[in-house]
Amino acid sequence: MAHAQICPRGRLLLTSLALGLALSAAHAEIGQIKSAKGQVAVERKGQVLAGQVGMLLELSDVLKTGGDGAVGLTMRDNSLLSAGPNSILALERFEFDPTTSQGRFDSQLRRGTLAVVSGRIAKQSPEAMTVRTPSAVLGVRGTEFVVSVDE
Amino acid sequence: MSKLARRIAAIVLAALLSACATKQGSVVLLPERDGKNSAVVVTKGGAQVQLAQPYAAANLTSGGAKAYQSSAQEVQAYFGAALAAQPLPPAQFTLYFIEGKDEFTAESKAIIDRVFTEIAKRPVPDVVVIGHTDRVGSDAINDPLSRQRAEVVRTALVARGIGVDKVVAVGRGKREPVVQTAEGVAEARNRRVEIQVR
Repeated sequence: MAHAQICPRGRLLLTSLALGLALSAAHAEIGQIKSAKGQVAVERKGQVLAGQVGMLLELSDVLKTGGDGAVGLTMRDNSLLSAGPNSILALERFEFDPTTSQGRFDSQLRRGTLAVVSGRIAKQSPEAMTVRTPSAVLGVRGTEFVVSVDE
Repeated sequence: MSKLARRIAAIVLAALLSACATKQGSVVLLPERDGKNSAVVVTKGGAQVQLAQPYAAANLTSGGAKAYQSSAQEVQAYFGAALAAQPLPPAQFTLYFIEGKDEFTAESKAIIDRVFTEIAKRPVPDVVVIGHTDRVGSDAINDPLSRQRAEVVRTALVARGIGVDKVVAVGRGKREPVVQTAEGVAEARNRRVEIQVR
């Protein structure tokens, strides 16, 4: 073991360096738009952006599709979310450690239709992923499902 | 009140109650692609409904979550557009490593070609390279080793032409062996790097 010979202060330095690396590796992006059709908008920090294929998603983004719209996302933990027309999907919470697969993913379908394939977060801890509707909470136990919210 | 009036009142009340239980949405569990058991637990108000069979479904109404059996046809009719927008599932490839080193085996080199074929299928590909070790040694040794193995593969992919910002390398250490062994067992099949094309 190489670092057995390093003095405590050196070890501390190494630890903080490693922590810094780990933090910089924790990307701001939580997922990416992989498919888009028709009208797709992303609300981010009070702004409305056009949702396009390739766009990187950030925490608290809210995706909206028009009457002809649909959008598909791949999250960093390999969860797949796709929304049909007239949908509003909020990415409320996403934390993911790729080394341990520990994390937390909560989203809310406020309106429309959504198809979900859960990823590594739900596989690692079955309690760690939920999809909410305005009136219900869906606990995801490693799975594929669809959910709708009527207007 | 006459019997008739009482009956009419009961019918009107029942109709009112059912009219008030407006539908708010629905949830349908789909068959798992890999055939494993899965479930969705629907919590509404204080009540829970567990969906555990293919096409097991729940209607969400103001009166609560009511279980029913849906079907492939119904799912297609209501959710066809959402399902059509679903991204391709990540494609997985595995490369194997020489014990204790970050060099991959000769057979593994051919797999890189297949990775690039998969990348070409996707409009906006991104790649995750995940290194793993066998169960010889501590996390302090295996976490960096697994990361190094992933970095070797990442460098090879970048050299073959994928954008440097499209590939991330991560190490899982010995946490996810494909072959379950006792601690300290050198197992070639666990010394591997997974490539996920998304």
